[in-house]
Amino acid sequence: MASLRDIKSRIVSTRKMKQITKAMEMVAAAKLNRAQTKATAFVPYTEKIREVVSSIASGSEDEEVTHPMLQDRKEIKKTAYLVITSDRGLCGAYNSGLLRRTMSIINERHASADEYGIIVMGRVGRDFFRKRGVPIYQEIVGLHDQPDYSEIKNIASTTVEMFVDGIFDEIYIHYNHFISVITQQVTEQKLLPLTDMGGNDAEKTPKLDYIYEPNPEVILEQLLPHYAESLIYGALLDAKASEFGARMTAMQSATRNATDRIDELTLVYNRARQAAITQEINEIVGGAAALE
Amino acid sequence: MKTMHTNVVTPDGSVFEGQVEMVSVKTTEGELGIMAGHLPLVSPLTIGAVRIRKESKVQLIAVSGGFIEVRPDEVNILAESAELPSQIDIARARAAKERAERRLQEAKKANIDFKRAELALKRAINRLEVSSYGNKS
Repeated sequence: MASLRDIKSRIVSTRKMKQITKAMEMVAAAKLNRAQTKATAFVPYTEKIREVVSSIASGSEDEEVTHPMLQDRKEIKKTAYLVITSDRGLCGAYNSGLLRRTMSIINERHASADEYGIIVMGRVGRDFFRKRGVPIYQEIVGLHDQPDYSEIKNIASTTVEMFVDGIFDEIYIHYNHFISVITQQVTEQKLLPLTDMGGNDAEKTPKLDYIYEPNPEVILEQLLPHYAESLIYGALLDAKASEFGARMTAMQSATRNATDRIDELTLVYNRARQAAITQEINEIVGGAAALE
Repeated sequence: MKTMHTNVVTPDGSVFEGQVEMVSVKTTEGELGIMAGHLPLVSPLTIGAVRIRKESKVQLIAVSGGFIEVRPDEVNILAESAELPSQIDIARARAAKERAERRLQEAKKANIDFKRAELALKRAINRLEVSSYGNKS
């Protein structure tokens, strides 16, 4: 049996660990709150762009308005996956679940490494793909917890340009979608081409005959990259909220485990202490008996 | 006077919302003034100031990159960034202006990033102008 001092020091260190996980839980909770506010503030922006784009795309009957970004390419030579992970660990299965899913999708769809490329946000994901020798086209690490649009403006617009320039024929976003604090769902979202525009949405919103100044083509030209970039930003905000949710849950269970562990160890400690006392009394009684 | 509902929205949230009498913006095609009852219209905006008249007071907003959507009873301005005069960081805008000017000088020789520096300069000048007019009134 471990000595009393050993057990005592283990209790102390577990208690310290519990303090830390407890603090991390609270920090994550506060950040989650802010991330959610930010994600909500962002929604009207995408909604509006989406409305306008789909109303242009579904457009007037007499003149067909199309744009390369709205159409499927005939031949898919190369697919990009934009994977949004966190910079730091200690957030449960947040990253591992996502990365496992991405890898299995890639293995399923592509035979050789020439057919796909990775664009990665977050240190954990970057290290993961680097270690496996997966081709990374772009990366960004060290994003703030509440990222501003300007922080990802560059990577987002380069990503969209890569599609326009024909480096990639399809782009998917992989991230954890925030459902609730305890549930995050690994999601695959098609970023480009924007084939699901118009369609259902056009029927929902009452159609207005807009005047396009100067003309629909120019507006689509300006608007679509904007829209695609804002989708990336939206996914990032969603992923950030999920990250804090996952971290909070992970830290919560870590705190609970630490509490259980402390209880167990305290029991062992008390038992050992009792045993030691009993033994000491026995020795004293035995010694006294031997003297008589 | 008839009013219309106006929203100025950026990815980082809403900047302005309210009933206004008139909105004037600078589109890629030129200046444009909108009052209530305008025909539905969509147009991209350039870097510039949006002027919003509300109860005969003029509110300026520095806008860069975006577009305006006009509906019969509503105006939406969606921009990559939009700032009220009070939100503009003058020191930062000044620094950005100087940096952009320096880059432009260098870029003349190398001819790279000329466009980016030019845009940055425009944004900085726009911010400075809006803040100097906006804070006076």
